[in-house]
This record gives sequence, C-alpha cells and structure tokens, in this order.
Amino acid sequence: MDIFGIPTQALFGQLLIGLINGSFYALLSLGLAVIFGLLNIINFTHGAQYMLGAFVAYLLLNKLGIGYWWSLLLAPIIVGATGVVIERLMLSKLYKLDHLYGLLLTFGLALIIQGVFRNEYGSAGQPYAMPEQLSGGRNLGFMFLPNYRAWVIVASLVVCLGTWYVIEKTKLGSYLRAATENPQLVQAFGINVPRMITLTYGFGVGLAGLAGVMAAPIYQVSPQMGADLIIVVFAVVVIGGMGSIMGAIITGFGLGIIEGLTKVFYPEASNTVIFIIMAIVLLIRPAGLFGTQK
Amino acid sequence: MTGNAPGLPIARATGATRHQQIAFLVMAGFFILAPAVIYPVFLMKLMCFALFACAFNLLIGYVGLLSFGHAMFFGIAGYATAHSAKVWGFTPELAILFGTASAGVLGLLVGLLAIRRLGIYFAMITLALAQMVFFFCLQAPFTGGEDGIQAVPRGKLLGLIDLTSASTMYPFVLAIFLGGFLLIYRIVHSPFGQVLKAIRENESRAVSLGYDVERYKLLAFVLSATLAGLAGGTKSLVFQLASLTDVHWTMSGEVVLMSLVGGLGTIFGPVVGAAVIITMQNYLAQLGAWVTVVQGIVFVVCVLAFRRGIIGEIAHAIKKPL
Amino acid sequence: MKRKLISTLVGAALAVGVGAANAQISDGVIKIGVMSDMSSLYADIGGPGSTLAAKMAVEDFGAAKKGMKVEVVSADHQNKADVGSSVARQWYDVDKVDAIFDVPNSAVALAINQLTREKGKAFIDSGAASSDLTGKACSPNTVHWTYDTWMLANGTGTAIVKTGGDSWFFLTSDYAFGHALERDTEAAVLKNGGKVLGKVRHPLNTQDFSSFLLQAQSSKAKVIGLANAGGDTINSVKQAAEFGIVKGGQSLAGMLVFLSDVHGLGLDKAQGLVFTETFYWDLNDQTRAFAKRFAAGNNGKYPTMVHAGVYAGVLHYLKAIEAIKTDDGTKVIEQMKKTPTDDPLFGKGTIRADGRKIHPAYLVEVKKPSESKGPYDYYKIRATIPADQAFRPLAEGGCSLVK
Repeated sequence: MDIFGIPTQALFGQLLIGLINGSFYALLSLGLAVIFGLLNIINFTHGAQYMLGAFVAYLLLNKLGIGYWWSLLLAPIIVGATGVVIERLMLSKLYKLDHLYGLLLTFGLALIIQGVFRNEYGSAGQPYAMPEQLSGGRNLGFMFLPNYRAWVIVASLVVCLGTWYVIEKTKLGSYLRAATENPQLVQAFGINVPRMITLTYGFGVGLAGLAGVMAAPIYQVSPQMGADLIIVVFAVVVIGGMGSIMGAIITGFGLGIIEGLTKVFYPEASNTVIFIIMAIVLLIRPAGLFGTQK
Repeated sequence: MTGNAPGLPIARATGATRHQQIAFLVMAGFFILAPAVIYPVFLMKLMCFALFACAFNLLIGYVGLLSFGHAMFFGIAGYATAHSAKVWGFTPELAILFGTASAGVLGLLVGLLAIRRLGIYFAMITLALAQMVFFFCLQAPFTGGEDGIQAVPRGKLLGLIDLTSASTMYPFVLAIFLGGFLLIYRIVHSPFGQVLKAIRENESRAVSLGYDVERYKLLAFVLSATLAGLAGGTKSLVFQLASLTDVHWTMSGEVVLMSLVGGLGTIFGPVVGAAVIITMQNYLAQLGAWVTVVQGIVFVVCVLAFRRGIIGEIAHAIKKPL
Repeated sequence: MKRKLISTLVGAALAVGVGAANAQISDGVIKIGVMSDMSSLYADIGGPGSTLAAKMAVEDFGAAKKGMKVEVVSADHQNKADVGSSVARQWYDVDKVDAIFDVPNSAVALAINQLTREKGKAFIDSGAASSDLTGKACSPNTVHWTYDTWMLANGTGTAIVKTGGDSWFFLTSDYAFGHALERDTEAAVLKNGGKVLGKVRHPLNTQDFSSFLLQAQSSKAKVIGLANAGGDTINSVKQAAEFGIVKGGQSLAGMLVFLSDVHGLGLDKAQGLVFTETFYWDLNDQTRAFAKRFAAGNNGKYPTMVHAGVYAGVLHYLKAIEAIKTDDGTKVIEQMKKTPTDDPLFGKGTIRADGRKIHPAYLVEVKKPSESKGPYDYYKIRATIPADQAFRPLAEGGCSLVK
C-alpha cells in the first residue's frame, strides 16, 4: 500500500527515525527552555556543552576505561559542573544588564570551547563504541530498528517527562517557577535564589551533556557536532514557546517527525523546514505554540 | 530593551563635534595614505568589513536591536553583485547597486517578519531567517553552492575605467566606504535619527507622542540591511568571489564581535573593531583554529569587562561622543 | 624530531646556497606554498602532513647540494574559497611565493587555479577532486596530481559492476562535488551494464543518515554508492553498520575514502568497503620506507595519497626548475609536462597537456579486523587499473589546451 507514492512500510520507518531525531531535539530544547525560563538567557553554549558531553564520555572511556553506562551518569554531572562554574564566574555578573549580553557571552564561550577541542582533535571525529547491551537490533517488519535507537527514544522520553514533572508538579519546581516571576519576593521567603539559579543552569547544561553522551555511539564525536545543531534547536525552542517546558518537549519530538517526513518527500528541504515552520509560527502566534507572552 | 535594566550604550546624537571631525579626518587620512605601506587588498577588505560593521551598528547602537543574522544581507548582496557582473555583464557600479538593492529587498521582507519582536526574540528570529537564506544559497544553482561564484570580473567603472588593478579599484572602494560612512552619520544625526533615539530610550512614550514606531524601526532595519549589502557587494568585486562563508552564521557572529570590540553605539567603533578583528585573523591565520578561540576570548572579555569597546572607552574618557 | 632535522637542513640550505645558477630564479629563492585544510575535516587527509611531505621532498631532492634555495611556507584555507584566494593573493603579490601545492577542497582549488593563471605562477594540486581542473577549467599553470572524480567514478564503479555489483543506489552529498561524483559514477555503472535503482541527496555535513540509509535498504540495490566525502562518508558507514546494511547483504561503495577515514572509522566498521586510491603505503619497499619516515614526523599517522601527491609533486617541480633554471610558473609547468615523472611513490608516469598527472590506480578493499597485522595495515589490493585506463581520455575533457 502506498501513501503519496511511498510504501507504508518505508513511511513508518521514516516516522520512527524522525522520532529518534526528535528525542535529541527534545532533550536539547528542554535544557534551553529550562535555562531561558529561569535565567532569561539564551544559552548559546548549549551546542558546545552537548559536544562536551560526548567528549567527556569519549575521554572517560579512552583514558579511564569507564564505559557507557557510568558515563551516562558521570558526563552530565561533569558538564553540569562546568556550567555551574560558568554561571558563578561569568553569567551572574550579567543579570543586571540587558539580556543580550548573556547571549553574547555564551556565544563567545561556545567559540572558545569549540575552538579548543578543534585544535586538540581536528574535525574528523572520534569513534565511540556502542555499548554491548544495546547493539544489534530487531526486525520490526517495516524496518530494522537498532536497539540503541529505541533506547534513545525511551531514555529521552523518561528524562523529558521526569523534568517536566519536577518543574511543574513538585515543590522544588514551584519555587523555580516562582523565582522566575518574582525573584525578590521568593528570596524574601528565605529561599536561596542565586543558588537555585546556579543549580538550574547546571541542570540545563547537564541535560545537554546527557544528550551528548547519548549521541556519541551513533554520531561522530566531533568538535563541530553541536555547532549547526544548536541553531536548529533554537528554532525548536522558539516554535515551542521560549519558556515552556512541555512546549519544548512536544515541539522537539514533533519537529523531529516532521523533519523525517520531509526527508522522504523532499530531502533537499529537510534543512530548512524547521525554520520555515518557525517563520510561520512567529507570524501567527509570536509567543510560540505553547508559550506565554513575556 | 526598555525598562530599568541598564541597556546597551546609548549613542548621544548631537551635531558633529570637533572630536568627531578630527576622528573622521584621521580615519580618511589613514585609508588614503596607507596603501603605500600596507597591502591594498587587505585595506580594501578592511573597508568592506568596516562598512558592514557600521551598518550593523546602526541597528544595535541607535535602534537597540541586536540582529544575529546580518550576514544574510552581506552575503546575498555579494552573490547578487557577483552574478550580475559575471553572468549579466553589469558594469561594477551597476552590479554593486544591484547587490545593494537585493539586500534592501531582503531587509524589507525580513524586517516585516522580525520587527514586531524585541530583544532576544528579535535576535533569534534574525538568526533563524539567516539560516534559511544560508540553506537557500547552498542549494540554489546560481550561487554555485560550495564553489561559490568565482572569477567575477571587476569590469570597467562606468564603462571607462578598468578596475582590475588595485590602483584603480582602491579609490573606488575608498569612495564607497567613506560615502557609506557619511551616509550612516547623516542618518544618525537627522530628525529621523532623533526619533530612533527616542524610541530606543522609551518606546511607549514615543508611541504616545504619535510616532509610528514600527515603521521607524522597519525603516532603520532596511537601511541597515541595505548598507550591509553595499559592503557585501563591494567585497565580492574586490575578491572577485562570492561564497557561502558570507552568508554563514559565523559571519553574523563576527560582525557582532567587531562592533562589540570597537564600541557599540559609537560612530567610529565599528571601524576600529573591524580593523582589530580582521588584522587579528590575518596574523593568526597560521595558528588555524586558535583564531576561533581568541575570538571567543575577546567576546567574553568584552562582555564581562570591556563593554564600551575601544572607541567607547576613549569617548567615555574624553566625555565626548565618538 | 625528524621535523627539526628537516628544518635545520632547509635552514642550512638557505644559509649556504647562493650559486650563479639562481640568476633567473625570482628573488633567488624558490618559495613553495603548501595550502591545505589545517584544522577541519580534511586536516588528516592533507593538513600539516602535506607540509611535512613537501619538506621531505625538498630534502630528498637535495636542494642544498645543488645550490638551490628552497623555502616552504604553509597556510590554512579552512575549506573556504575566499580565505584560500585571499591567502594565495597575498602569497603571490606580497610574499613572493612561486608555487602552491596541495589544496584539498575543489572549491578552493578552482579559485586558486584561476588566480594562479592570472598571476602566471604555478599550482600543483594533490588534494582536490574536481575533474574540471583538467577539463573546462584547465590552465597552463596547473597540474592536477593524485586523483579526480572521473578516476574515482570509473575506477570504483567499473570494478564493482564487473565483480557483480550491478544494481546501485546513490547517497549523494548535495553540492557540486557530490553531484559530479554521482553523475560520473552513474555513467560508469550504466556503461558496464549495471542499473541505478535510485538516488537520494543529503545536505553537506549531515549528522544523521538513518532515513537515507533506510531508503537505500528498501531499494534492495546490491551496492550503495556513497557519493560524499570526509565526515559524511564516515557517518554513513558508521550508521550503515548500525542498521545492519552490510550484514543484510548489501555492500557499500565509498567513492572517496582516504586512509585517515578508515583509521577514524576503525576496521570493524569499515571492513568490506571498496574504493579506489592511487597510493597505499604498503605497496612496495619504497612506499614503506617513505611511510615510516613520514609517520615519524607526523605523530605516528601514516601518509594518505594526498600526502604522497604533495611529495611527488614537489619533487617533479624542483626537477623541472633545475632543468630550465627559472621558476617562472608557466614555463615550469610546461617543463613538467615535457618530462616524464619518476618518484618512489607513484613510480613512472607522465603529465598530459591538460595538466592531468597519469599513474595507475588501485582498487582496494578494507580488511577485516582479524586480517590486519599491524598499524595502518588496512587494505587488500583487489585490482590494479593501468595508468592509461585510470583517467578520463584526453579528448573528452573539454580542455581548451588540448588541440
């Protein structure tokens, strides 16, 4: 049976693959949305931190023999820690100023991180072995689905929904959301707002690092891996609504699927379809699909 | 951008002070005399980028809008000029005009989409739209994709003066640069510029005074885009090449850096900033990827400790606008 | 360490050599510029290794003893045509460089080709792919060494079809280089009686090939032709392994693969890949000796065919200058075409009127991990394509220099 000239089998295969891509978009845009929601800073360094996560996993494996499963835990913590340092030493100095300075700072940091790694490792990319337990795959009939890719979807969903739950449904999350709206008042209630902000930034960055570890076995671990990806993720966040957590998650997965479909029907446009959607969304709903006007 | 948070440096638009006149003479004098000792092609490159940075600065310094996609105007004009000169046989002044006009049209389209948003949203929109332009340039047959448009003839100015050699091309580029610079100066110090400044300082008050704020911002955006296009078109004739680098987002980042280093919202800042960055790129070229690292460090240092930029600091010290 | 010795030798040559023979050498120095991608996706293919290869060639030529002063400078074109042409312009106008070598990346190479012609210098390209350099963009100032898209397409394409891979599906990088490679390979496949079942274009620098590979799988073509290069090829191969493509019975044809790519992939992912190269370090004793010396100065990384091309190109260039006692670009290139070449890496060969260097090509297959006995022991030579068949026939190129 054919839909628009593509056999259903192939179509479902592409949808599934789109979902996998969407997992990365969702994880990354979640981190960005969390950071923007609380700090009002566009974290341009996000792409470099994603790359850092992959490299930390690579280094953990090659220098310390620490495998994938431990890296899933350690790499986000390490990368998140670098985020904490960045926030404490540099970002916090900029809160009193126009938010655009934060954008410029993180842009500069991204250049530094990417440049240093480019010098060390060149651009060719390092191989990272797929963990044993997840290699191989199963034949689903309409396509051969590698186990690792299935794992990516599941893990990403769990992390995204978990984060959403913490932010929207728990007390800690409510403090975070309150601090976004009125930091002085929340501080007056005795909550250490600056520390919360630092940890939030660290958490968002850690999410980027986690995405990096998960990407390492399937994409090349290369210094440039985050550079062009980050712009797409920005578009995802803008479409979803810049401060909306659920918006980032849904849009991430959704756009992954749309991009996957575009690759089937009109591959040359697969790079631009997300930006086109962004332009349309901005015309109709400037705050994004799920966002509220700030 | 409105509100109580200390914003980006506000340009004080008054009449041309003596200091500004002196600075202009120094700058013009430098570019007139320098080709005797400095490689002219390098200087022409410098002038193109300086004009680009000045056009960008018009938007951020005087309207308060950070465009993170200005490379699209620079690059599209470069392609348009290259194509018209090479394939349609335009003479250089027509080719550059065509390039500039293309950038202006693109500026209008982008402006209509983007101008309603402010601050970070505006920056993100311009970035994403610039990415679309980049991918368009990547795919469109006339741009030559990764090859770019090569072997662009410089042609004969007005059909008479052959621009192939640097000795004739240089005065032409110099004239364009100084002309563009003075035009920007004039825009800033005109009644139009005053309204822009008012909008920047307190948009709601400007609205209440009856100014159609959106139209003013759009017009400023288009002007900025057009002048960026002028720089881009000229550059593609200087190097006889138009390529994807000119529309890539890293180019947008570079022009932001140039303005930041030189001094946002100052008249001469972008020129100095462009000089610093281009020279640095030239001399550090042997170090390969370290250039990126150094540029990143400059960004970080400027944002944290040196927000006024070189000219901004000088202007602050002598308490006169520059 | 080797590098220090070489630069000391070159320095000594500069300090000592004067000689009346330099009377017609511009400024008394033969200045060689090695322009490559020093820090990005081609850095391992060319990069600093090319500079090393050039210096080794200068040393082996014995410039010092012959009283010739030779200087080697290098620069990074960052894969950008504007950076490359900017540097080249400065080199020619200000720094008095006489010849440019290497330049991987066809876009940059075409720009340098044009500029070199305008300035009357010499350009010996060992890194770029575009067959246009000896076709419609051919120039009396350019020699195209090592390989080109026609050779790759016909070498790999023909050989694979003849060994049974007669149905193809293309995964093509969506820009001029990829289109050209796909076009040339399709022509070669059809000429040999094969069929092309489908093609899909992917954007340059794609991270994720899963959807394209899925289409390739469902086409059931026997061969999936990868008309891309560098990181895209590596990603395609890696992800093809993940999706069980080779295990499922289809084979991958890398249209442009280098030794450094295989090293980056690892044998377990790259095994079974079939492609064409014009140099492999393990061909004979001379290539092995070169490889050992080269690796010692290059962090243990063995030479790719691009590095070999730079070495051989510099050697032949210097021999030509020695013969005609001038470094005028156009004249030297003419001399290089007149003399047959002979170097330890490519053996004996010639340079045609259109600037194309002719030498044999080798169809190689990547070994399985179990078959590899030492570092960089990666290839099995499946076939040798004789020099007169490896490259596009002279008349078919559309080069204006060919009468």
